[in-house]
Amino acid sequence: MAHDDNSGKEVAAPVSSAADKYEGPSTGTAVIASDAFTDPGFPPHRERMTDLDPKADKRAERQVFTLFYLSIAGSIFAIASYIGFPIESGATGDLRLSTLTLGVGIALALLGLGLGAVHWSKALMMNEEGIDERHPIRGTEATRDRAVEIFKQANEESGIGRRTVIRNTLIGALVAFPLPAVVLFRGLGPMNVNPVESLSSTMWKKGMRLTLDPSGLPVKAADVTLGSAFHIIPEGINDFHDKLERKAKAAVLLMRLDPKDLNPSPGREGWAYDGIVAYSKICTHVGCPVALYEQQTHHLLCPCHQSTFDVENECKVVFGPAARALPQLPITVDSDGYLVAQSDFNEPVGPSFWERS
Amino acid sequence: MATVALIAIGLIFTGGGYALFSSTATAGTSASSQTTIDEGKKLFAANCASCHGAALQGTAAGPSLIGVGAASVDFQVGTGRMPLAMSGPQAMQKPVQFSPDQVSAMAAYVASLSPGPAIPDASLLDGKGDATNGAELFRINCAMCHNVAGAGGALTEGKFAPPLTGVASVHIYEAMLTGPQNMPVFNNANLTPEDKRDIITYLKYLEANPSPGGYELGSLGPVAEGLFVWIFGLGAIVAVTIWLTAKSN
Repeated sequence: MAHDDNSGKEVAAPVSSAADKYEGPSTGTAVIASDAFTDPGFPPHRERMTDLDPKADKRAERQVFTLFYLSIAGSIFAIASYIGFPIESGATGDLRLSTLTLGVGIALALLGLGLGAVHWSKALMMNEEGIDERHPIRGTEATRDRAVEIFKQANEESGIGRRTVIRNTLIGALVAFPLPAVVLFRGLGPMNVNPVESLSSTMWKKGMRLTLDPSGLPVKAADVTLGSAFHIIPEGINDFHDKLERKAKAAVLLMRLDPKDLNPSPGREGWAYDGIVAYSKICTHVGCPVALYEQQTHHLLCPCHQSTFDVENECKVVFGPAARALPQLPITVDSDGYLVAQSDFNEPVGPSFWERS
Repeated sequence: MATVALIAIGLIFTGGGYALFSSTATAGTSASSQTTIDEGKKLFAANCASCHGAALQGTAAGPSLIGVGAASVDFQVGTGRMPLAMSGPQAMQKPVQFSPDQVSAMAAYVASLSPGPAIPDASLLDGKGDATNGAELFRINCAMCHNVAGAGGALTEGKFAPPLTGVASVHIYEAMLTGPQNMPVFNNANLTPEDKRDIITYLKYLEANPSPGGYELGSLGPVAEGLFVWIFGLGAIVAVTIWLTAKSN
């Protein structure tokens, strides 16, 4: 069928019988099909078993009221089980039994009601096809005029257009009303600290001992045998009331490799001690704890998104979505042979943030 | 070069297989310790030396066993991981190839040549420690690989941390002590023998006490639970929708 891009109607009209009668708005570039879908109307009316057989009708009726009875029984059972299966003992088995019986009772109560109502309407209520015509959403002209009239009248009577001070103070009050929430929510964030600074540094500092998580006992270099992985927290972290917040940044994984396997870049040779390396446990992707250490391949795997870091090569990313290597904690030993930090991490730990250089 | 390597691998496997089938040795149970060590030496020569070397020095096919100790041998052979059936991402658990006496004979032989971690004392394996402390240590040191419920988990390139349910206490202890395969070593300075006992207590507590939430779907967390809801939850919604809109018969 021929048509042009600008006015399909004009070209299509002479050849299409359907389009002959068409008087609506322009169809634009749409192709008007001659074999348009026609409304097939209703399928032939079919009687249900309950319409034809009085026995089936009786049976359906029994099913519906049985479901409603079941619902009542479920409600009573739920109340009875709340009383009959107390959880005061705190035992796991009691809690489990109480939850189970309450759930079964309430489920019976609701499902009995719902299934009964649907079964009733499907099997017993009037069996007749019908159409509800869709009516236009736009109101009549009279309704629309009346609505405008009401607005105008309201404006007159309230004087909102005329009394501008009242109007403006009302708007001002509405704007001011959510402000306390903003102030209160700000209180949930870090106070009296610069967030950028707080994200950029951890509590590690020069001379601070590496201690075991969770006991806080210091670790001797000699204790870290080849193939070991120690989960480390900073010395004294357990004395802080916000130790979890501090640990979320300062957690460290300590590993010992054969010194021959390590390939430090120039300037970082002194950051390990005899093959012992300490890396931040916080993934540079979205901050999950990276601690799945494979002692043969020397790979560190993050359990959340499978970022893999190569401990031999300064924890550079070898797989996964992380963009940066894990920050390294430079370590050495003090005079008593305990492992200590040389400084804080070489860069901010964890995921990227806006101000991170 | 590749052909040579293939032939070498083939020879090692045929030799290893032959050695397996030809081992008819049986360990004397009540023999003195030197007899046990001699017995272990024979078993080692017949079953292990082709890969690990006659003097435990290791070969291209297997690592040196110098200093691994009796605990390592007891774990690897006692769980059926050794002798290795085939190379792969990691040694798989198999039916145990030797009797407990044969395993302890080999362990005694390996320990007699060079010192290493010993098989733990039964008092550390009774599962009567502090389960709460064990749970905390397990969450810090083990849960990231083995799952908080000990259900195991995936590692890189086909390796995995095995589930810990049904594992003998002695094997859990030895695994922590020796760090088999890619598992890190948790020596007694990192987790003291009492800590290890507490961790075993926690794992045995998990085995004895079922999940309070009912069926745990393998304790695999959101993956298994999401799949269950996706299939059965959505399936039920689709079924109800069809029932709602279908005309009654």
